[in-house]
Amino acid sequence: MHSLPPHMRPERSFQGFILALQRFWAEQGCVILQPYDMEMGAGTFHPATTLRALGPKPWKAAYVQPSRRPKDGRYGENPNRLQHYYQFQVIMKPSPANLQDLYLQSLKAIGIDTALHDVRFVEDDWESPTLGAWGLGWECWCDGMEVSQFTYFQQVAGVECAPVAGELTYGLERLAMYVQGVDRVYDLNFNGRDGADKVTYGDVFLQAEQEYSRHNFEHADTTMLFEQFKMAEAACKKYLDAGWKGGKREEHLMALPAYDQCIKASHVFNLLDARGVISVTERQSYIMRVRELAKACGEAWVHTEAGSAA
Amino acid sequence: MPDLLLELFSEEIPARMQAKAAEDLRRMVTDRLVAEGLVYEGAKAFATPRRLALTVHGIPARQPDLKQERKGPRVGGAEAAILGFLKATGLNSLDEAKIQRDPKGDFYIALTEKPGKPAVDVLAEILPLIIRTFPWPKQMRWGELSAKSSALTWVRPLHSIVATFGIETEEPEVVQFDLSGVSVGQTTYGHRFLAPDAIQVRRFDDYVAKLQAAKVVLDPERRKEIILADARQLTFAQGYELVEDPALLDEVAGLVEWPVVLMGSFDKDFLSIPDEVIRATIRANQKCFVVRDPKTQKLTNKFIITANIEASDGGTAIIAGNERVIRARLSDAKFFYETDLKTKLEDRLPKFEQIVFHEKLGWESDHVARVERLAVELALLINADPEKTKRAARLARADRLSEVVGEFPELQGIMGKYYLLAQGEDSSVAAASEEHYKPQGPTDWVPTNLVSVAVALADKLDALRGFWIIKEKPTGSKDPYALRRAALGVIRLILDNNLRLNLVELIWKLVRRGIQIDQHPSSEGKKHHLLLNVVVTNFVVEQKMLEFSEPVSEVAAQAEADKFASEFTSKIAADLLNYLAERLEGQLRDQGARHDLVKATIDGQDDLLMVVRRVEALGKFLDSDDGKNLLAGTKRANNILAIEEKKDKRKFDGAPDAALFKLDEEKALARAIAEVGPEASAAVAKEDFAGAMTAMAKLRPAVDAFFDKVKVNDDDAAVRENRLKLLNEIRAATRAVADFSKIQD
Repeated sequence: MHSLPPHMRPERSFQGFILALQRFWAEQGCVILQPYDMEMGAGTFHPATTLRALGPKPWKAAYVQPSRRPKDGRYGENPNRLQHYYQFQVIMKPSPANLQDLYLQSLKAIGIDTALHDVRFVEDDWESPTLGAWGLGWECWCDGMEVSQFTYFQQVAGVECAPVAGELTYGLERLAMYVQGVDRVYDLNFNGRDGADKVTYGDVFLQAEQEYSRHNFEHADTTMLFEQFKMAEAACKKYLDAGWKGGKREEHLMALPAYDQCIKASHVFNLLDARGVISVTERQSYIMRVRELAKACGEAWVHTEAGSAA
Repeated sequence: MPDLLLELFSEEIPARMQAKAAEDLRRMVTDRLVAEGLVYEGAKAFATPRRLALTVHGIPARQPDLKQERKGPRVGGAEAAILGFLKATGLNSLDEAKIQRDPKGDFYIALTEKPGKPAVDVLAEILPLIIRTFPWPKQMRWGELSAKSSALTWVRPLHSIVATFGIETEEPEVVQFDLSGVSVGQTTYGHRFLAPDAIQVRRFDDYVAKLQAAKVVLDPERRKEIILADARQLTFAQGYELVEDPALLDEVAGLVEWPVVLMGSFDKDFLSIPDEVIRATIRANQKCFVVRDPKTQKLTNKFIITANIEASDGGTAIIAGNERVIRARLSDAKFFYETDLKTKLEDRLPKFEQIVFHEKLGWESDHVARVERLAVELALLINADPEKTKRAARLARADRLSEVVGEFPELQGIMGKYYLLAQGEDSSVAAASEEHYKPQGPTDWVPTNLVSVAVALADKLDALRGFWIIKEKPTGSKDPYALRRAALGVIRLILDNNLRLNLVELIWKLVRRGIQIDQHPSSEGKKHHLLLNVVVTNFVVEQKMLEFSEPVSEVAAQAEADKFASEFTSKIAADLLNYLAERLEGQLRDQGARHDLVKATIDGQDDLLMVVRRVEALGKFLDSDDGKNLLAGTKRANNILAIEEKKDKRKFDGAPDAALFKLDEEKALARAIAEVGPEASAAVAKEDFAGAMTAMAKLRPAVDAFFDKVKVNDDDAAVRENRLKLLNEIRAATRAVADFSKIQD
């Protein structure tokens, strides 16, 4: 690690931090993927996790996923909260026996020394109502700060995981702030340079946080969004129906495009929720609708080549 | 005798589950041992975040041999029966059977002896079974083997097992069993970071010592002692005091194997936030203790961290890290608090129109309106200020929509108090926000501020009334709306504040005004029907169909509707009152009073306080000789009456005829009753229950003498009837204080 030039070191730059994690997990045999090209609330929504977690075939992947939480926007004024941030996601199926050790080694790779810092695994049962998924695991704490989520998936998209996949999610900004020793996310050094060459997280994202907060809370076109939700829902169902080969529920040929529409519906719902136009009772029914889509996609996926034993 | 050492080494077990899991492990293993005939001397179980451990000492090395005697067919019985007998008992021939004679004839008897197995073999059978059926609240599958549905489940992945069995002086034996490939042997591991290497252990003594050397304190009680002692010392050394928190201590002790206590601090500016908010922030998010100044009892800007490692820098980085997180959390909390202060609580109320209280009981805003109306009515009855009560009831729950309560629901009520004081409300109105949730349980305190009392009663009575009407009353095991607590709260609020309330009337009125009756007349040929629905918020909770030979007039339909409303109301109100009476019995039992006297005194009573006073006086009276004898005499009178009433199929009410008295004891009893009856009733009317009991005591010699000398069932029918009427008078007179027939001996 220390052969790296200073600006590429994880404790110096945000990008170096990401590269260090990618390198570490690449060495564990993971496929290093690029972010999925759709808006989503968490890295778990990436088909490389949601769908690949299902079925018997082994799978190891790691990737950065931009995550959009429209409700968490604070117009760039809160030092920690963002409506767009990065998650680093690792999935390993079946979960290896030494996954906890691998995780701790990855912390070392990004500059967190467990002889100096108090790392703890604190109970946190993970559940995603929209994905019809749950698992058991922990929040990983470093000196009292939650830095990662560690989950053994038991069920995803309504389907039992057999075998179980282990999932790790790192909150990148938060961890990088810790390692760089800054209190405000916008002060993160992005490129590891100094002086005039230095680019901060704020240089890259502050304006975006302000603009998207305006959009998410005040201007997002709700008429259009309601319509988009319905369209995505209908399209998802349509592609799912059309994907069954020969109309028989034995082999599915279009699970991935259908699942894209489920991701779309979920994000549109999050935007509508941020706009405050969904009542308490309706909220539940929207979550149910997305879950139904996710379950149907999971059902289709386990009948595809990658999702089945065949 | 040999000992068992068992350790189940896993990934981190949730703190809240550890204590019960240790206890379950001890119970399950020892129960099975005893069931297998292996009576042990002692057992103790422990838990850390990464292991459950159990030591059972003094287990016999072998099961005792099991002797069995089995009766077979009659001597000379059918061949098939004899063959079956031999096969079932494993005997080679009838020569090995004994013959036993009983009154029915001679029978074959097989005496077999099943030799006991070595205890280690028994353990090898029962341990995997216990592990596979262990009652974790939630369990999971993991790893490659989780592809199969038969995969082992555990709370988190289970890595290895230590299972040794043997006597102190010898090398122990490993209990050999197979459990989905989890290794079983003598190997465990030390602290995750400080001493992660494998350790070989033999038995409990060296196990505990080697763990200690590998930076693992096995006993959770010991870890708690260390944390508490170190935390007290650290705070004391700086002139402060630890705010102790047993639930947090339990949790923290379940998060570390090697507790290291450190102290951090935060910016003094944050002390402008209410102490409760600081504490909730630091406790819930960081699992740290807060610290106060013993002189002012206010929080200081310090907090106590329990780390799991002895850090190479002495903890500087850990403290700095925790301080950063707490700073961020407290600035969020401060922001929430200050934002909340900008909004008046009544401005939050319109949102209650969009939050469901209960599907069948309407919106939160409906509940608030009902509570407001009822609280004012109660205020007038208990002399609370009605204006303040009205305002308090309106605002008591409004803080639920504040930012701070959204973040920390446990601060509901307390934040309301702060916000109301900040917006200049009367102090009793502000206090009611916190106090109207009280009492939260049998040991919680009861408010005395009458405004709080009125709102607290209204809130609880409205919930009880509502859930009773929609038939969602609690069952033995299910009480999702905490109605048992609400009912007990009503009782404690009334008794502790000596409130005089006519509960019968009050509850009847509340139920009645909570329902509507819908009328649906219909006709079909010559048949005319009237369907009546009891309706609450558009839900039908009960219905009744009436049939008429003629079309039903509007007036008649209305009369039927009113009647049905009354019937329904009476039924629900009686059931709710009965539930309250049961809670009252429970409350008195917990106080060590004669709870069985509640049933004897509650009939026809509408005032809980008076019931309790009566129970107290009656309890004292029944402790005296006069009381005991009068109770015996009255019960005797009751028994005789019951028999004779049944025999004659009539009641013996009505005054006895003085002219028919033949014996002095009869006359004396009649005189005593004539005197005591009115005297006791007068005392009761004045609520002088002790006086009523003193009057009752006068009845005793006359009753005793009567039963001593007078034969009730006289041959002369008229005299017999008269005497039975006299007995009935005893019963009537004692009813002034209690129904003696309902008192247990």
